[in-house]
Amino acid sequence: MATVTPSVAPAAAPPAKGRPRRPRVWRGVVLVVAALYFVVPLLASFVFTVDDPSTGFTLDAYGQIFSAEGFGRSLLLSLGLGLVTIALVLVLTLPAMIAVRLAAPRLRTPLEVVCTLPLVVPPITFVAGISTVLRWGPDYLASTPFYQTIIAVQNPDFPLVLVFAYVVLALPFVYRSLDAGLGAIDVRTLSEAARNLGASWPHVVFRVIIPNLRSGLASAGFLTLALVLGEFTIAQLLSFQTFPVWIYTISGSQAQVSVAVSVFSLLITWLLLLLLSSAGARQRSGS
Amino acid sequence: MNGARVEFRGLRRRFGATVALDNLNLTVEPGELIALLGPSGCGKTTALRCLAGFEHPDEGQVLVDGKDITHVPANRRDAGMVFQSYSLFPNLNIRDNISFGMRVRKVAAARRHERAQELLELIGLPQIGGRYPHQLSGGQQQRVALARAIALEPRVLLLDEPLSALDAKVRVSLREEIRRLQLSLGITTIFVTHDQEEALSMADRVAVLRDGHLEQVAAPATLYDRPATPFVAEFVGTMNHIRGRAADGRVTVLGQTLPVDGDAPATGDVDVLVRPETVLVTPDADGGAMVMVSSFRGSIARLTVQLADGTEVLADVPGHDSARLAPGTPVRVALVERPVLVAPAADGAGSQARPAAVAVAEPDVV
Repeated sequence: MATVTPSVAPAAAPPAKGRPRRPRVWRGVVLVVAALYFVVPLLASFVFTVDDPSTGFTLDAYGQIFSAEGFGRSLLLSLGLGLVTIALVLVLTLPAMIAVRLAAPRLRTPLEVVCTLPLVVPPITFVAGISTVLRWGPDYLASTPFYQTIIAVQNPDFPLVLVFAYVVLALPFVYRSLDAGLGAIDVRTLSEAARNLGASWPHVVFRVIIPNLRSGLASAGFLTLALVLGEFTIAQLLSFQTFPVWIYTISGSQAQVSVAVSVFSLLITWLLLLLLSSAGARQRSGS
Repeated sequence: MNGARVEFRGLRRRFGATVALDNLNLTVEPGELIALLGPSGCGKTTALRCLAGFEHPDEGQVLVDGKDITHVPANRRDAGMVFQSYSLFPNLNIRDNISFGMRVRKVAAARRHERAQELLELIGLPQIGGRYPHQLSGGQQQRVALARAIALEPRVLLLDEPLSALDAKVRVSLREEIRRLQLSLGITTIFVTHDQEEALSMADRVAVLRDGHLEQVAAPATLYDRPATPFVAEFVGTMNHIRGRAADGRVTVLGQTLPVDGDAPATGDVDVLVRPETVLVTPDADGGAMVMVSSFRGSIARLTVQLADGTEVLADVPGHDSARLAPGTPVRVALVERPVLVAPAADGAGSQARPAAVAVAEPDVV
């Protein structure tokens, strides 16, 4: 998210016209420092991918990305996991948060604590717990129907167990985004106004609350997607070939390609961010 | 469109330790505008929310045209509501806001737009259909909220302090407009307010609530002139308490003997309740009283006058008289010759009613 800063800062500069010179100088200094901080590593990575000691400049590494074994499959897997995680985490949190705001304001603090808790659990602890539970499958559940479930959630083509883990990891970010979004509208009054005009509860949620929560939902979705596309520890330790794991795997044999893929995935992430933030901007200008 | 008769029967509602409604009984006649007036926490909003279906009474019933609607869900009730805070849907333009209820009821788009335009003209804002709520002023938003509330032609209109977020000028013009609309539509209207001026100027009848029960319900003039309880006397307008002596249905106060209004208590010391505007103050070097404070309010000036015995009395005099009644002026105090209300003396047997009245802060008369 922080990588957006350089592109946003120039847009904010023009209104400074006519102001005293000094703040503008400082603004420039901060901009330059921030730009260096973000641009130098990127640039270094890029130079590393295109510089070949024997032939000089070449884009070969980028060409090889698409032909590299497992690229498409792992990227699609990560994107798919991201989308399912977004859907599941929103289905879980949004109704709960609306219900708490409307009907049980006293439960707000417990809900916040529960949703923020995953932040303090280190991923390594988390994954140790998950693999312990998964081992129960063959050990204790082999003779019960649950065994099939345990096997199914570990299907390497679409490991649902990762979705469940990512839902937990995404909870704090989703909670914050939605909480900010819900805080910006008067949920109680809006839903009472809609109820008063004859709207059923589903109508209130889908036609009144969600449309006014678009930017909160967009940022929740983006954060979750970014988290899933970048998550390494859990996927690696449970041995699933998600995109970050794949990058790590090929970095041993093809260092240049692995860095090229990292640059490439950054570009993808930026594109998604731009799409989502423009969706948010459209809403702001519309409402 | 005709109004419905609304009845609250024995409503009780408790939130934890606080009793919001304590056996509220009130009937609102068809087409009437009734104001629920009271200090904050008196249960007026709870009563309104019980009628809207957002709150459920622990006991008692809400009846509309004799039909018990206590357990009807909020979205199946025939009542439009305007809220205290701005409640327009931010994602919809004004036209869609007004036609929201019709959309829920699957009215055809053409008919919806036609009706929305009709209502926009009714509230005097025909041009703003395409705008969004955040582009409107507070007063305009509340007008639109009013249009939205009456779009479905409900038989009851509920107003929950709709003017309290607006500035004084807009408040006055909008309350006149609400009243005009309400009269022309003949819709039964329940108006919750803590502003007595609003209640007195708009309502057919005013119901004063305290601690969840009805103190008095009466036409504004009756409420002001003949408050049924000391609480009402204190809460609506400002009341002076002057010590007097009652005998044979008359009371002697400040050297004058005036008839007693209502039930005359037994002879003895009483508190005479007098409105500031019925206190006459004239400059008089031998008057025995003195102006202590003068607060100029334009058309009137409110004087605090200290009597010979140390009692302070509030008096309203015409604004142009304030110069010759400046603080420090010796004056004579008299009362207008008309029947007065009396209450048992503060330190006497009437101690049951007094403390409650004293507990209420003096309402601000703007």
